[in-house]
Amino acid sequence: MLYRALVFVLATWSGFFVMAIEMLSGRILAPDFGNSIYVWGGVITIFMLALSLGYLLGGRWSRVTPSLRRLALILLAAAITIAPVALAADRALDALFNLVQDPRYGSLLGATLLFFIPTTLSGMVSPYAIRLLVQDSDRSGQDAGLLYFASTFGSAAGTLATAFYLVLWFDVDHILWALLGISIALALGCLLWNPPRER
Amino acid sequence: MTLLLSLALGLLGSASALAQNIIHTERSLYRNIVISEESGERCMKFSRLYRGSRQSCQLLSDPDRLLFPYTRMMMGSLYLAPRPQQILIIGLGGGTLPSALAKVLPGSDIDVVEIDPAVVRVAGTYFSFKPGARTHVHEEDGRVFVKRAMRSGKTYDLVMLDAFEQDYIPEHLLTREFLEEVKSVLKPDGVLAANTFSASRLYAHESATYAAVFGSFYNLKGSNRVILLRRNGLPPMDELQRNAAAVEASLQPLGMASGDLLPMFVTKPDWSPDTRVLTDRYSPSNLLNGS
Repeated sequence: MLYRALVFVLATWSGFFVMAIEMLSGRILAPDFGNSIYVWGGVITIFMLALSLGYLLGGRWSRVTPSLRRLALILLAAAITIAPVALAADRALDALFNLVQDPRYGSLLGATLLFFIPTTLSGMVSPYAIRLLVQDSDRSGQDAGLLYFASTFGSAAGTLATAFYLVLWFDVDHILWALLGISIALALGCLLWNPPRER
Repeated sequence: MTLLLSLALGLLGSASALAQNIIHTERSLYRNIVISEESGERCMKFSRLYRGSRQSCQLLSDPDRLLFPYTRMMMGSLYLAPRPQQILIIGLGGGTLPSALAKVLPGSDIDVVEIDPAVVRVAGTYFSFKPGARTHVHEEDGRVFVKRAMRSGKTYDLVMLDAFEQDYIPEHLLTREFLEEVKSVLKPDGVLAANTFSASRLYAHESATYAAVFGSFYNLKGSNRVILLRRNGLPPMDELQRNAAAVEASLQPLGMASGDLLPMFVTKPDWSPDTRVLTDRYSPSNLLNGS
């Protein structure tokens, strides 16, 4: 039970993480590319593309000795690749603005530069987690449904918490560091503890 | 219950629609645009409901007259510098401000930035707003326009910020970094006029942010609050009076009188000095405005 619970915790948190980042990305891009419909269009396009690629890669990687440790490593990597956003997003986007001033291509490129890798890594979590949960094909659909429920519920919570509360209480950078910190803590917890998979 | 409520609201909406005589509605990328007429006034609103805030109104018998107090307060920027040559206006609405400025200062160049192409279209069709040889409309985000102007070294004698609505504030246009960018496209003696809607918790944050970038400003308060300031320091009252006298005759047809406006020019801060400044990293303006 503990093993399964941890898989769900990681997937739920990953859903929260990716949507919290997406809600912040609009604010991060706005100083250079504004807040028009094009910028949101660009952001959502890149997040969806990155997630789709992540699903592909996560499913593929789940065929090579799948383990909770490796799932935790994916979360760790997604968290670490968000650090440059907190450290240097404004400088990177200012430099990009000098090259591309059209908000459509600017936001597409900016979102790619800052968010493509962490979002792809986050996308890997769901299919990988399903591989860890499924024990027999009879219940595979139910396990997948439960996992989607958990991860998408996490996404809804991440969206709401960020849009309605976190940005009122904290700096964008502080929220990014907190997201990163929680991801790292959860990942390290799983790596160190590493409970066995029950049959 | 919710159904009943929305039904009732819908009925209210259509009843008031009849009374107001709606002559055009349009769903744009960003909002509903409603053009209505009542008691000789044509108005642009951004919501169908009666309580929807009026963005811009024109007296059909005297289209030049500035109906809203805030537009007269914005034009009070001419008391700080009576003859701006290069003018930037962010937010078009019905085109009231650019039309008034083009009338009063026919020799000036005006750049207007409006994010919503539908608003530009509607302003032309229903409010006879005509860009001309000296008035140019740029359909894009105000922040992007200012950043580009900054990079190309373009500067202005007068910048007007009029992009806020009662129920939605573009948060990236109310941060210290944005105001620094606006400052850098102002000539040394350039003037800034900003129309703001805040009677809420946001008021103090907004005031602190302007003060952090520009120092003291004239704080004109009516139903809206208008901030007027000069980059190289506020002109004293006797200079305002001299400038007001110089432009009095040309502003009179707009319905402006310096006797009404000048008493509103106050500088005394009425917000707490330790209020948090809004920045690109902390800009929850809509949440602060709603609470």
